[in-house]
Amino acid sequence: MSARRTQAVVVPGGPLLLRGADVVLDEDGEQHEVGRPVVALCACGLSQRKPWCDGTHKLAQGPES
Amino acid sequence: MRLPRPRGDLSAQLIDALASGTPETPALAAGGIGDPSTDDVQLALWILYEQHYRGFEDVDPSLEWSPDLLRLRRTLETPFEAWICDLTATTVKEATEEGDDVVAQLEHLTRDQSGALARHLHREATAEQYRDFLVQRSIYHLKESDPHAWALPRLDGPAKVALAELQYDEYGDGVSARLHSRLFADALEGAGLDPSYGAYVDRASAPTLVANNAMSLFGLHRRLRGAAMGHLAAFEMTSSLPCRRYVQGAERLGLDERVVRYFDEHVEADAVHEQLAARAICGSMVEAEPDLHDDVLLGAAACLVLEGLAGDRLLEEWR
Repeated sequence: MSARRTQAVVVPGGPLLLRGADVVLDEDGEQHEVGRPVVALCACGLSQRKPWCDGTHKLAQGPES
Repeated sequence: MRLPRPRGDLSAQLIDALASGTPETPALAAGGIGDPSTDDVQLALWILYEQHYRGFEDVDPSLEWSPDLLRLRRTLETPFEAWICDLTATTVKEATEEGDDVVAQLEHLTRDQSGALARHLHREATAEQYRDFLVQRSIYHLKESDPHAWALPRLDGPAKVALAELQYDEYGDGVSARLHSRLFADALEGAGLDPSYGAYVDRASAPTLVANNAMSLFGLHRRLRGAAMGHLAAFEMTSSLPCRRYVQGAERLGLDERVVRYFDEHVEADAVHEQLAARAICGSMVEAEPDLHDDVLLGAAACLVLEGLAGDRLLEEWR
């Protein structure tokens, strides 16, 4: 098996998709283990569970009561 | 799982035929079925589809490919598919008015995240109502992602790779304790409910059976692979935010941490999956097979409309 390739994908208006990472350091330098093959990192700053995306960016874009 | 209890003449005949191993019962569905969304028809269809998943311990497994039962399934599926198309026509049309890009159309269809069911579970539901919700959801979540897995051998290239990547996560990332269906079983157990597969089929409402049967219809027909993936995209795209409310509702009620964990996992997981499903799966698939574009919208609209009806039924019962 070839070595895992790390890839970051910018989603327009959405999160940063990170594929093949082992650990993410947040803005405070805290380490977050990556438990899945692809993770979505918050790019809008609104997530309630940073560094991960929790879909909140959609509330800033669309209707929610 | 054993055969469920009948809900009318058709399901009674089917259950008798399966239990006795004589599926050539001539009276089955003779002369048309009428409304395809009734309890009786939907239960019969659900039983026929279930033969292709885990099946029933009291049914001969070779009956999965009984020509008589496949013929009956077709007799029920044809009007059911037409019923879904009618019910979703307005929603599909609305999406087509949003330009030509399938990802933008999916985003438009799923833009309203205000879900009354999620709001109720978040703020007002009793623990008993929360358990009712888990019971209805158990019909799907105990086979979570299985109906969409049928599409895998029917896709190729980037869409296939993306579906496999998404499903690897649904199926536990290599750890059986993290299988999403297993996490849901744990949640049921934590809520004091029966975690065994199919335990609550007798309590599933007709709209719950409809929502589940639509997934199987799309999954089991190669012709409808576009609808299967559109369904998956809409499901994932409307999951993260409601799951956050389900987490908060479970915490408010002091429910077992396994209930919280199931929905908590889905806030993060589905924030990833929705990107994979919309762009990498549906976007790539439509690029490779443009003829599937309309079916993606059909599947997405079916997911939104049918899951909405299943949720409305619960809200009506609680009123």
